[in-house]
Amino acid sequence: MTVTWQNLADGLLLGSVYALMAVGIGLVFGVLRLVNFAYGQLVMAGAFALAMASQWGWPAWAGIALCFAVVLALSAAMEWVVFRPLRGHSPAVMLVATFAVAFLLQSIALLWFGSLGKIATSLTFLGRFWTIGGVDIRKIAVVAVVVAAVCLLLLQLLLTRTEIGLHMRAASMDFSTARMLGVRANRVISFAVLISGALAAVVAVMLTVQTPLVTPDFALRDTIVVLAGVVVGGLNRPIPATLGGFAIGFASGVLGGALPTDQSQYLPTFVFAAVILVLLVRPRGLFDFSRTVERV
Amino acid sequence: MTFTVENLDVRYGGVHAVRGLSLTVAPGEIVGLIGPNGAGKSSTLHAIMGLAPARGSVRLGDRELIGLPPEDVARSGVALVPEGRRIFAELSVAENLRLGRAARRGSQSTLDWVYELFPIVREFRSRQAGLLSGGQQQQLAIARALVAEPDVLLLDEPSLGLAPSIVDVVFDALAAIRERGLAVLLVEQRAQRTVAAADRSHVLANGDLQLTLGPQDAGDTDRLVAAYLS
Repeated sequence: MTVTWQNLADGLLLGSVYALMAVGIGLVFGVLRLVNFAYGQLVMAGAFALAMASQWGWPAWAGIALCFAVVLALSAAMEWVVFRPLRGHSPAVMLVATFAVAFLLQSIALLWFGSLGKIATSLTFLGRFWTIGGVDIRKIAVVAVVVAAVCLLLLQLLLTRTEIGLHMRAASMDFSTARMLGVRANRVISFAVLISGALAAVVAVMLTVQTPLVTPDFALRDTIVVLAGVVVGGLNRPIPATLGGFAIGFASGVLGGALPTDQSQYLPTFVFAAVILVLLVRPRGLFDFSRTVERV
Repeated sequence: MTFTVENLDVRYGGVHAVRGLSLTVAPGEIVGLIGPNGAGKSSTLHAIMGLAPARGSVRLGDRELIGLPPEDVARSGVALVPEGRRIFAELSVAENLRLGRAARRGSQSTLDWVYELFPIVREFRSRQAGLLSGGQQQQLAIARALVAEPDVLLLDEPSLGLAPSIVDVVFDALAAIRERGLAVLLVEQRAQRTVAAADRSHVLANGDLQLTLGPQDAGDTDRLVAAYLS
């Protein structure tokens, strides 16, 4: 197994995309204490929007706009129709509800678009290569790193410099006390769900460049890997969760490129073995260095 | 605005934590709520804030608060300093104070008054709140409640676990808060100190109001003990 610069570039691409997915999942977990298993289906819906826009001959920007509109509308619907009515129920009920939403969206996609799916072609130019110092690097790798960095920076500014950001951080630490201080639960949760949806739309755009064939199980495997990455990083805190997503994406990207073709089917085995090992050694997560101090 | 609790009932499943409690707190008054562990003191405060299921009536002026979610109770003008402080340890002192203004955007003069009341909060405003001592955290918790300019301040055992000198700081601050015209409902374990500081103190046992004491009763240890054991 030889690791090349090309493999590292692929690792950065997948790491950046998975980092964004990890932030999206982590934001909702922070305020609702809920792992949204339907997150991958939001990405899938955005990818189908891009594919349909390509099929209709829409320009790339219009396809991206449609992708955002569809994913944000579905996120809002998920919050209003599922999360909000079930708020106050046990975490298990909420968790099963996200499974139900995931299956529902996937089944709708299957009925609507068929099992063979659609192809998103309007952004294929980003799949071409730049040759830098003899190394072929796909444009999407550079775009993904830049977009992920900008998104994370904007999110950091939002969380640290605005009132709603402060309320979201407080809610993720202790929602009950935050509400007691006047922080509006519905506003904070809706905002987190919508930002999470916007990140899913960004991920959909980047994943369709990497994999233009959009099927009803699009992004499903990625979501499972990212969930593992988020747990490895540290589910309770956004930065460790993001680093966990990036790390598992980077490792998957590098290993996926470096493993011989006849051994690539073992990639998930390597990745999940690493996850199990990390959780055995550091159950709180690889990147969670915080100390929990409880005053009594 | 007068704060009124009427026939407040709190039940947790089969446990009847508060039984038909009624009390009033006028602006500029401190009312104490004392009693042994499990008497229903904290449950009363939780019910007022919408954190526990309750029946009866809790009014601020004419506005009924029962049935409102905690954020709306806070926005109506009721602030709780919870037991155990519940400050946001990972945020700075200044950010904790900003959160205090989530309910109501208090004025700069209120913030200045709070800083005057608790100079330590001003001094350490850029420090991470979790790095403060227990006494400093308690001062921050009270300051955080005050910056919202509430009409009613509820305090749940603010002296718990504090050094005697810090307990003095807390009780001195309560006197200043009363002078500013807030209605204060104080839940405490330090019965004698509370009875002395409050305009009147209600003794709760098993969720029932047993008797009401005035500041003149603070030295009457026998009566206090009898009330606790009743």
